[in-house]
Amino acid sequence: MAEIVRQIAHRGVAHEHGRPTLEMQGVTVAYAAGINGVTTTRGTDYALKDVSFQVGAGERIAVVGPNGAGKSTLFKLIVGTLKPSQGDVTIFGHGPSGHICIAYVPQRSQIDWGFPVTVEDVVMMGRVGQIGFFRWPRRRDWAVVHHSLERVGAAHLARKQIGELSGGQQQRVFVARALAQEAELLLLDEPLTGLDLPSQEAIFEILDGLRPDGVTVLVATHDLNLAAERFDRVMLLNRKIVALGAATAVLTTDNLLAAYGGHMTVLNDGDMLLADTCCDHD
Amino acid sequence: MMTWLLEPLQFSFIVRALIAAVIVGIVCSVLGTYVVLRGMAFFGDALAHTILPGVVIAFLLGWPLAVGALIFGVLTALGIGVLTDRGSLKEDTAIGVVFAGLFALGVALLSASGNYTLDLAHFLFGNLLGVTAGDLWVTAVLGAIVLLAVFLFYKEFLVVSFDAVLAVTLRLPTTFLRYLLLILIAVTIVVSLQVVGIALMLAMFVTPAAAASLLTRRLPTMMGVAALIGAFSGVAGLYASYYMNIASGPAVVLVATFIFLIVFLFAPGRGVLLRSA
Repeated sequence: MAEIVRQIAHRGVAHEHGRPTLEMQGVTVAYAAGINGVTTTRGTDYALKDVSFQVGAGERIAVVGPNGAGKSTLFKLIVGTLKPSQGDVTIFGHGPSGHICIAYVPQRSQIDWGFPVTVEDVVMMGRVGQIGFFRWPRRRDWAVVHHSLERVGAAHLARKQIGELSGGQQQRVFVARALAQEAELLLLDEPLTGLDLPSQEAIFEILDGLRPDGVTVLVATHDLNLAAERFDRVMLLNRKIVALGAATAVLTTDNLLAAYGGHMTVLNDGDMLLADTCCDHD
Repeated sequence: MMTWLLEPLQFSFIVRALIAAVIVGIVCSVLGTYVVLRGMAFFGDALAHTILPGVVIAFLLGWPLAVGALIFGVLTALGIGVLTDRGSLKEDTAIGVVFAGLFALGVALLSASGNYTLDLAHFLFGNLLGVTAGDLWVTAVLGAIVLLAVFLFYKEFLVVSFDAVLAVTLRLPTTFLRYLLLILIAVTIVVSLQVVGIALMLAMFVTPAAAASLLTRRLPTMMGVAALIGAFSGVAGLYASYYMNIASGPAVVLVATFIFLIVFLFAPGRGVLLRSA
């Protein structure tokens, strides 16, 4: 009961000044520790092993790696739906469970697009944490919602049912929801999958607009070209961090072979063929 | 027409039945929108069946039926919640085990007592014309509590139902909300016991909400339209029962099903026969 009261009264912890936006230290997730609570006989198998890194304010990081590399697990740790078996995940110096400043934009396949909500309803959901229990959205909340929709160029869609939107519009609406949440750490799970080039470009323009506000962005993607071109740093993941840094240093033949292994073929003249299977992990 | 409508109202037991049917039609349909949107139909059906032993025990001890039903309803709602939390059994398997076992217990308990078939029929298919003034108060008060809870936790239930991960990042008390919803469903089943009975309960949760989902595109209007359909089904079903001399619970459900079929065929844009493009 005390826990429930604490949760209801809760509005998020203060950020510790001078701490990185996101930090992981020696984070390991063992399968036996329970992804979905399932204990396997593979006792020493790890979804992630000894992952350590720091991300600063306003950085944009691409998280790449083959299916099953642990991209979703990494995001679950940051969001706080999964606890590490070992190690620490901290956001501005505190564990994830205290924060309401982390926004997660799900893969489009995870959303029920027939749900009876309009675009502005979905964006208002991002405000529910700030509004608090037993209160209704105030004028300021509606102002934030409409401003967020304007920033992603979707103000004219406010009254549409979400199933009536195109893929690119759907993705932008969920980014608007993260803006309405006043997120400082934004996680996007395969946001570019299935989008045409103009729609991808529109997403990146929105993300560019977040940089002056110091919003940190992590994007899980299968698209190595975009990862190389549009991000400050690239994290190459396969159960551990194979490499993290500027794209030119990370996306080398050796690193890619280490991460993708059998899914990749190196041709005679040094060109690579990447046979990566898209995209629903877990 | 007027006399046709007014004639049944000279009987006070029919007036009570009408009020009960309207309340149940509204409460079931409003909560039913969440049952439909969250895919909890099997859970709702199971929960309705698991309250039987509680009802039978209360009946045999001479307590108000609602007390026994409420105790068993809340206990099984929590029990199913715990079973499915563990993850060692698939959710529908766990529900199936509890559902069938407790229903069998209820029937077994009842079979040991006197007037077995008639009593069982009342529990299974409702006894709308036997609603007493006391029953009506219980129905009204519990129904009001359910609607108040749905109203107070509206935005939280919406978030939890639409996007569970968002609920976590907003640090909503997701476990509390999930159990609250299960308990509200249990209370609603208790409220509806006399009107439609255990076996047809599911229809009152699912059918009006399903019809409303084809007609609306926002949750509040879906709730409103579902409530209208539910309340109308209650009234129309009761009149059908009076004039055609058929059992009242099935009559209410049949009206709701008929409305659903009409909507399914003719809903603007989404009906089978009027699909645009």
